[in-house]
Amino acid sequence: MNLSNHIPILIIAIPLLAAFLVPLISRINKKATGILTTLALSVSLILTIVLAVKILTVGPQVYVFGAASPSLTLPSGLKFPIRIMLEVDAMSIFMGLITAVVSFLGAIYSLSFIEKYNGVDKYYSLLLLLTVGMFGMEFTGDIFNFFVFLEIASIASVALISFRGIYFGEPAEAGFKYMVVSSISALMVLFAVGIFYGQYDLLNFAAIASVIKYSQLDKIALGLLIPVLAMKAGAVPMHMWTPDAYSEAPAPITMILVAASQASLYALFRVVFSLYNISLNTLTVGWIIIIFGLLSMFIGVTMAIVQKDIKRLMAYHAVSQTGYMLLGVGVGLAVLANPEALKDYGITAMEGGIFHIMNHAMYKGLLFLTAGALFFRTGTRDLNKMGGLAHYMKYTTIFFIIGAAAIAGLPPFNGFASKLLIYESVYRFNPLLSIIAMVVSILTLASFVKVFYSAFLGPKLPQFKEVKETPRSMVFAMAVLSCIIIFFGLFPDLIVKNLVHPAVMSLIEQLQYTGTALGGM
Amino acid sequence: MIGNLPYVAVVIFIGLGIYTLMFKKNLIKIAIGVVLIENGVNLFLITLGYRKGAIAPIYTQAPSGQVMVLPTPQALTLTSIVIGIATTALILSVAMMIYKHYGTLDTDQVRRLKG
Repeated sequence: MNLSNHIPILIIAIPLLAAFLVPLISRINKKATGILTTLALSVSLILTIVLAVKILTVGPQVYVFGAASPSLTLPSGLKFPIRIMLEVDAMSIFMGLITAVVSFLGAIYSLSFIEKYNGVDKYYSLLLLLTVGMFGMEFTGDIFNFFVFLEIASIASVALISFRGIYFGEPAEAGFKYMVVSSISALMVLFAVGIFYGQYDLLNFAAIASVIKYSQLDKIALGLLIPVLAMKAGAVPMHMWTPDAYSEAPAPITMILVAASQASLYALFRVVFSLYNISLNTLTVGWIIIIFGLLSMFIGVTMAIVQKDIKRLMAYHAVSQTGYMLLGVGVGLAVLANPEALKDYGITAMEGGIFHIMNHAMYKGLLFLTAGALFFRTGTRDLNKMGGLAHYMKYTTIFFIIGAAAIAGLPPFNGFASKLLIYESVYRFNPLLSIIAMVVSILTLASFVKVFYSAFLGPKLPQFKEVKETPRSMVFAMAVLSCIIIFFGLFPDLIVKNLVHPAVMSLIEQLQYTGTALGGM
Repeated sequence: MIGNLPYVAVVIFIGLGIYTLMFKKNLIKIAIGVVLIENGVNLFLITLGYRKGAIAPIYTQAPSGQVMVLPTPQALTLTSIVIGIATTALILSVAMMIYKHYGTLDTDQVRRLKG
């Protein structure tokens, strides 16, 4: 038995096993739960990196459940059209890396952040389950399993959002909203699964993609899938749950939730590119995604400027940044049927959009963690009540400056690299879109200058005399994210060439995705 | 025509669910709306696998030549029902927590988060 073939399932199975071990361990020792969680997620992180190296050198990996190959015939002559499988290509592993890094750092940050609450074992259990759901959504090659993992991720995240609901009413309210939104979207995904199954008798992404005809029913399925996945990703006009859920969840969970909504975004791209590809009217669907993106960018940032709650403000910025990803990939989709334009600027636009996903997860995660650090020490999220915190929390201040500069797209930080790719390529598609994107970037900078001024600058305030720097585990998590941001900002070429470009190509080239799964069929 | 009746029921279920979600102001009724949509989708899946006059898909006991209903949609529905129970339980427990803090289930009054 060659263990390296089983890496895709191990990445999912190890956190899953740990999720059910954590409540048992907590009977013996409460402290050990956090350490077990961190260990399990670090194993997942290492395996994800190993798998990433393998995929980027060898090619997409297929893991079939209960058989050696997707189309195995049993000795009795029984043959399934296609078996249940995980299919991990460059795009999946790109998202998998984000999930692995973010959940690992979230667990480390939680070690001190969550200490004072009751029910720590349940918290870690749910954190692991949320990670399992996200990995599953990204790795699965089966559309029904995608629904199952989507539900696992949503149920775990709802419980985590309303984690502080025993003390306050607001987290429960945010959790209820998110639960209704995610149940509706999961059920609509299931309805679309039914439509596909009724037509083609298949549940596998690649197998459906190879026979899809873009009939009237396929259009209905697409019409169900695009809005609900965009809703889960938090795009305007379906963004109403984002500010509530992001602001009320504990800070490390907010960081992981950002990655979870990006997993839905990944699913949206997977459906549009790998399932339908050029069989659909790419210009129309591309423009629909671009318009989602424009609305998200602009409405998100204008709503953010007026906020007083620091995490709510950042949550609206998360909506706004999602718009950049939709814009970049939408432009790529709009020119998909036109090989010349695609080669000219379409691929660059998509690289910008996809690279922005990773950058966003890193700097937005860092910003939410700094907001969590402020809340941890001062006990408030209201910007009007904060002030002069730079005197007491030196490291947090530096991390906040790095995160804010990255989200505003200032050079040597990673936000600049991906935004520049988007600006220059989108300009050649339609100059107006590029100008709007730049204006949004300026407004982002303005609003973060406001946050920096009101939270960190100013004289020492008497009520914050007791405030000191955050515990070591929280500083460590923020420091790692800052290093990643600076590294990506200094060497964007390296990342784009080795990670982002293969991911974009695996989306564009549908045959590569279907061919790997169907193999010799 | 009569064979299409289940699909009509699916549309009615989902339509009623969406109506409940949009126009009812009680959190418990919203939970009921979600369950209605879920039932509609489950009925849709089961109907897809139905064949007229077919028997249960158990290979070992089937008389040869008999048509069987499709087993896959039934497996899907079973999974979806199990997930649905978890969702409903969670949604109701969150509603319970909201009632504890706000003293009401009216959506007009459960509105501390806005802006």
